[in-house]
Amino acid sequence: MSKTIYAKPKSLTDTTFRYCPGCSHGIVHKLVCEVIDELDIQGKTIAVEPVGCAVTAHNYFNFDVVQAAHGRAPAVATGIKRSLPDRIVFTYQGDGDLASIGTAETVHSATRGENITVIFINNTIYGMTGGQMAPTSLPGQVTQTSPYGRDTHTQGYPVRICEMLATLDGPSYIARVSTDTVPHIKEAKKAIKKAFENQINGKGFSIVEILSTCPTNWGMSPIEAMKRLQDEMIPYYPLGVYKDVEEVNE
Amino acid sequence: MGEKVLMKGNEAIGEAAIRSGCRHFFGYPITPQTELSAYMVKKMPKIGGVFLQAESEVAAINMVYGAAAAGVRAMTSSSSPGISLKSEGISYLAAGDLPCVIVNIVRGGPGLGGIQPAQSDYFQATRGGGHGDYHLIVLAPNSVQELVYLTADAFNLSDEYRIPVMLLGDGTLGQMMEPVDFDSIPEPVYAEKPWAATGTENKRDKNVIETLFLEATELEERVLEREKKYDVVKEKLQRYEAHNTDDADIIISSYGITSRVVETAVKILRDEGIKAGVIRPITLWPFPEKIYKQVKPKAFLSVEMSTGQMVEDIRLACECSAPVYFCGRTGGVIPTPDEVVQKVKDILKEVK
Repeated sequence: MSKTIYAKPKSLTDTTFRYCPGCSHGIVHKLVCEVIDELDIQGKTIAVEPVGCAVTAHNYFNFDVVQAAHGRAPAVATGIKRSLPDRIVFTYQGDGDLASIGTAETVHSATRGENITVIFINNTIYGMTGGQMAPTSLPGQVTQTSPYGRDTHTQGYPVRICEMLATLDGPSYIARVSTDTVPHIKEAKKAIKKAFENQINGKGFSIVEILSTCPTNWGMSPIEAMKRLQDEMIPYYPLGVYKDVEEVNE
Repeated sequence: MGEKVLMKGNEAIGEAAIRSGCRHFFGYPITPQTELSAYMVKKMPKIGGVFLQAESEVAAINMVYGAAAAGVRAMTSSSSPGISLKSEGISYLAAGDLPCVIVNIVRGGPGLGGIQPAQSDYFQATRGGGHGDYHLIVLAPNSVQELVYLTADAFNLSDEYRIPVMLLGDGTLGQMMEPVDFDSIPEPVYAEKPWAATGTENKRDKNVIETLFLEATELEERVLEREKKYDVVKEKLQRYEAHNTDDADIIISSYGITSRVVETAVKILRDEGIKAGVIRPITLWPFPEKIYKQVKPKAFLSVEMSTGQMVEDIRLACECSAPVYFCGRTGGVIPTPDEVVQKVKDILKEVK
């Protein structure tokens, strides 16, 4: 008799991803859905999708989804969670959504310790609108709106969300992970799982920042993009756990 | 009628909302409506409800969006500048066909304006306020008692039609105290919400609340579908109060607190033998246009605490069967009955 050693998570639909080749969204969607399957919470889960490339995540997520206005996902998730406290509510947001137009919603849902899970895709660029400078674009990074490279004198510095939120008392778990190698992807899945488990256990706000690629708008091949993530992004955005209330309490 | 209690308008809205099954309130402080939040934050914990002071008006309306998407009766309140901030979220609520109640206790504008009562948000309330083809149902009470009745109606109508409802008051209504009876308010009529994002429990297909439709024809189809719903509301929901219209040489229209000034003015005019009548719109959207086609005065007069925003709707409703004049004050100034009386006399000299 044959034994199943790998299967597509049932929380993921059969719809083919429309993300660009080499984009990390596909990996992260799969990790999130695997975690939801493993925790057996598909029927209890409500996702809040952002404005950005993941605005059509409901085509791939096989559970209830609410589409939010740009940056407002944590406020929408708050409204859902406060209405249905026994449901599992997560937001899935990009860097423009979470760290620019929605910074207030991010910071305040975190400081309230809102019992939600936030999946944060940081690929240092606005993908859906065609590659403009993001709040997380690196110094010197060339984008459509920083054609001479991000000039920190006039365009400021990147926002390090994990470090910033770690100064707050409200969040229970803050981690930065990456999608560049198999070991890192495994770490990423562990962090995502913990962020969902925390919500199940009523621990409050958990966020996982996932360093991701955008080969199309970076003007790179998928392989070059992964190399940029390793060589340029990880040094600026160090991986690791920035806050874990369990550890503090121990 | 049950027992009457003396209550401030803002607090009465809160009590009526609770009696109408609202257990989720998301607010942000702004004068002159803050008493509503203050009432809710005291009451909600005692009845297992949720009160949350949001970080911004923008967040508050998006929390309402989330709660409404999850299928509960949700409410937020604010005053003019705060409603401008909420307008983004209101557009999304309309686009998502999500029922909810939004209270605007209007103050003078534009900009920060003032904190005195005004009616200068009529355009914003009746034309949508946010982007896109949409309407809210807009209810305009003129007493604390009516504030309470219309709060209950607002939740029921919103559930019935899946249209966000705006309760449009003004600083006077919010701040003044009047005797009010809660026992006679409409009972909550809860609609089934099979569309809500409540988690599938592995028993149904997933529900998606979405407002993005990249295919132009699909978006058009959705907008036109909603337009049909608006047509039904326009046909069925025109509410107004009218009196002394049959023999009227002039019909005075006003809504909300201004109608109380007009009532006094009409009494003075009638005592002097001047044939003045009244149409008071209670639904500002849909505007009660049918009644304007049934009356034949020599002139209409709109009395407002704005620069005359309702004049256009009266003109459209009466199809220019008579000239439409305006009398009002703005910036937080309340017109007096004498100003209205004088204006009527001036108009009647002109139209004779």
